[in-house]
Amino acid sequence: MKIHEYQAKTILAEFGVPVPRGRVATTAAAAGAIAQELGGTVVIKAQIHAGGRGKGGGVKLAKSPQEAEQVASQILGMMLKTHQTGPEGQRVKQVLVEEGMDIRRELYLGIVIDRKVGLPVIMASSAGGVEIEEVARTRPEAIVKVHVDPATGVVGFHTRKLGFGLGLKGDLLKTAADFVTRLYRAFAAKDCSLAEINPLVITGDGRLLALDAKMNFDDNALPRHPEIQAFRDLEEESPLEVEASKFNLNYIKLDGTVGCMVNGAGLAMATMDIIKLAGGEPANFLDVGGGASAEQIKNAFRILISDKNVRAVFINIFGGILRCDRLAEGVITAVKTLGVTLPIVIRMEGTNVELGQRMLRESGLNFITAQGMKDGAGKAVRAARSI
Amino acid sequence: MSILVDKSSRVVVQGVTGKEGTFHALACRAYGTKIVAGVTPGKGGIVHEGIPVFDTVAAAVTNEAANTSLIFVPPPFAADAILEAADAGIRVIVCISEGIPTLDMVKAARALQGKETRLIGPNCPGIISPGKAKVGIMPGPIHKPGRVGVVSRSGTLTYEAVGQLTARGIGQSTCVGIGGDPIIGTTFVDALRLFQADPETEAILMIGEIGGTAEEDAAAFVKAHVTKPVVGFICGQTAPPGRRMGHAGAIISGGTGTAAEKMAAMRKAGITVLKSPAEMGEAVARRLRQVPARRAAATSKGRVTAKPKAKTTKPKAKTKTAKRR
Repeated sequence: MKIHEYQAKTILAEFGVPVPRGRVATTAAAAGAIAQELGGTVVIKAQIHAGGRGKGGGVKLAKSPQEAEQVASQILGMMLKTHQTGPEGQRVKQVLVEEGMDIRRELYLGIVIDRKVGLPVIMASSAGGVEIEEVARTRPEAIVKVHVDPATGVVGFHTRKLGFGLGLKGDLLKTAADFVTRLYRAFAAKDCSLAEINPLVITGDGRLLALDAKMNFDDNALPRHPEIQAFRDLEEESPLEVEASKFNLNYIKLDGTVGCMVNGAGLAMATMDIIKLAGGEPANFLDVGGGASAEQIKNAFRILISDKNVRAVFINIFGGILRCDRLAEGVITAVKTLGVTLPIVIRMEGTNVELGQRMLRESGLNFITAQGMKDGAGKAVRAARSI
Repeated sequence: MSILVDKSSRVVVQGVTGKEGTFHALACRAYGTKIVAGVTPGKGGIVHEGIPVFDTVAAAVTNEAANTSLIFVPPPFAADAILEAADAGIRVIVCISEGIPTLDMVKAARALQGKETRLIGPNCPGIISPGKAKVGIMPGPIHKPGRVGVVSRSGTLTYEAVGQLTARGIGQSTCVGIGGDPIIGTTFVDALRLFQADPETEAILMIGEIGGTAEEDAAAFVKAHVTKPVVGFICGQTAPPGRRMGHAGAIISGGTGTAAEKMAAMRKAGITVLKSPAEMGEAVARRLRQVPARRAAATSKGRVTAKPKAKTTKPKAKTKTAKRR
C-alpha cells in the first residue's frame, strides 16, 4: 500500500526522524494561512501517490503567504502528469505547505527488502534527488549498502559504513547515525516494503532533514496496522480495484477486451499472456484465489463485467484448493442474478471437475466450454471480436 | 527416486483441525501419504478424522516420529509455526499459508539458516512425488510417476504444466512449488541442484514469473552445473510495471524483474524458453526425445546418429519414448 508524502512525514516524526515544519491543506486559503504561520519562503507540494511531481509542475516555491495562496490555487485541482501517473494524470486534492530550506547538500537514503539476501538493505548515495534506479544503472559505485539482521537491528558499523561512504564528517556522522537508526525503526515497526528519503538534505546550519519521504507498506502486514490502513486514499486507486479489494480479490484493470477470471496468480498471468498470443488483449488480471466461495466468485464476476470494455469473458480454472463445483455454483448464480449477456468461455480442470461441468451443463445457460487454455483463449478472443 | 518427499515421509499437519487443514490432510492421506499426526494448540489428545492431534510439533515428533510438516496455519501465526517445526527437528517443512508478513518471513528464514531443515514456500502448493507422497494441496490424480522434475513459483500454473505432461504420457519424479512470496525457503537454484543430483530425474521443467532475480540466478546455475535438459516458461510477459500481480513477489520494479530479461538470461544458459504456457508439455516431450541420443553419444559413438531425424517426424514415437522412460 502507498501513502502520501505528508502521511509518511507524520509517521517519521513519530519516530523522531527530523522533517521540515509544515502542514497539509485542501484549499488555497488554508495554504496561505499555513505559509503565514511558517513565515518566510515556503514550498507548496502536490500530494499524489506518483513520483516525479516536481518535473510535472506540482512542487513550487512561494515567497509570501499571498503567493503561497496563489500557487496553491494553481496546484489544487490540477491533473498532475508525471512519468508514474497515466497519460491523463492524477487530480491533486491536497498540498503540503512546508518551510523553505537552505540546502547545502542532497543525499539519498532508502530501505527495502533485498529478496536475494532475504534481509532489509539500507542504501545511501551521495547522488540525492536522482532516482536510485538511475544511479544504480549509471554510477553503481556511488551507492553504499548495508544489510540489517532483524535480530540485531541497526548497529554502529552499519551507520559508520553508510556515513563514511557518504563522505560525512564530525557531528554530521553522529546525526546521520541517529537518522538512519530511527528510519530503520520506523521501517521495521510499520512493516514497510519501502522507506525512501530522497533527497535527504544537509542544511546550511548543519542539520539533516527528510526533505521528501516515500513509504510503501507490505499488504500482508496491514491487518496488524489499523493506523496505516487509515492512511489509505481510495481516490488514488482505480474504483474497480477498490471494489475488488473489499472482497479480497486480486484485480488489476488493464486496457483490453477479454475479461479473465482465473484461480491462482501465476495461471492468471499466464492466461493474460496466452490471450495476447491468441491475438487479443486482456481486460484485467483477476485471481479469485484458493478458498473463493460462490459468493466471492459472484462478486468477482460483477466487478469483471462492470468494465465496459469487456466483450467476452474467459474463465480459466485449474482446481487445487478451489473446487470446480464451488466455481460452477458461483458462475451460474452470477450469470443468472446479474443477467450477463456476454459470451463466457469456461475452461476448468482439477478437483471435482465432473461435478462442476455437470452443474454448468444442467444450468440451462449458454456457456462455451473449452479444452485446454490455448483453445479457451482462442475461443474467448474470437468471441470478443465478434461482438 | 525423487526429491524431498517419498514413502519414508511421515507427515504432521499443523493446523489440522481447520477447514482447509482437514480437507487437505485427508486428500494427502487418500493419495497414500503417511499422515501420522496433527497439531492444533489446545486440542492435543483428540483424534481428528483418525489423525492423532498434539498440542506441539515436538510431541508429534516424539510420539509419531514425524519428519515432515505441512502447515495450514493462518498467516499471522505461520512464521511461528515454521519455527516450531524447525525447532522440533522436522527435516522438510511445507508451508502452504498465504499472506505471511514479509518481515516475519525475513526473521524465520534467518533463523533457519545453518539448520538442516528445508523450508518449502510459504504461499505455495507444496511438493508431490507422484505415486509416493503428496505433501500439499495439488490435485493428486493429474500426476503420474516418471522422470521429469517440475519446479515453479506458481500453484495452479504448475497443475497446468503437470496436466500437459501427464496428457502426453510423461510422468514426474517430483513437483515442487517453491511459492510466490518475496522471501521463500527453497529457491529455484536449490530445487535445480536437487533435481540434477537425483538419478531418476531426466529433464527439468522450470516455471518462473516476473519480479526479483531468482530466474536469472537459476539460469546462471543451470549454465554452470546442470547437464539435464531444462525447459522454462515465465508468466507475466504482459504484466504492467509497478503493479503487484497477485503474488506478493510478482512486481516489476525499476525496470528489473521483467519477463523479457528473465527469458533472455534463461535462453543464454541453454534453457528451452517458451512464449506460450500451452507448449510446456510438448516442449518437455521434445527435449526428452533428445535424451537417449545425448546419452548414447556420450558413451558409444555413432550408434544412434541416425535417430534424431526420425524423432522429429513421427509424433507417435514421442509417446512411446516417454512411456518407456
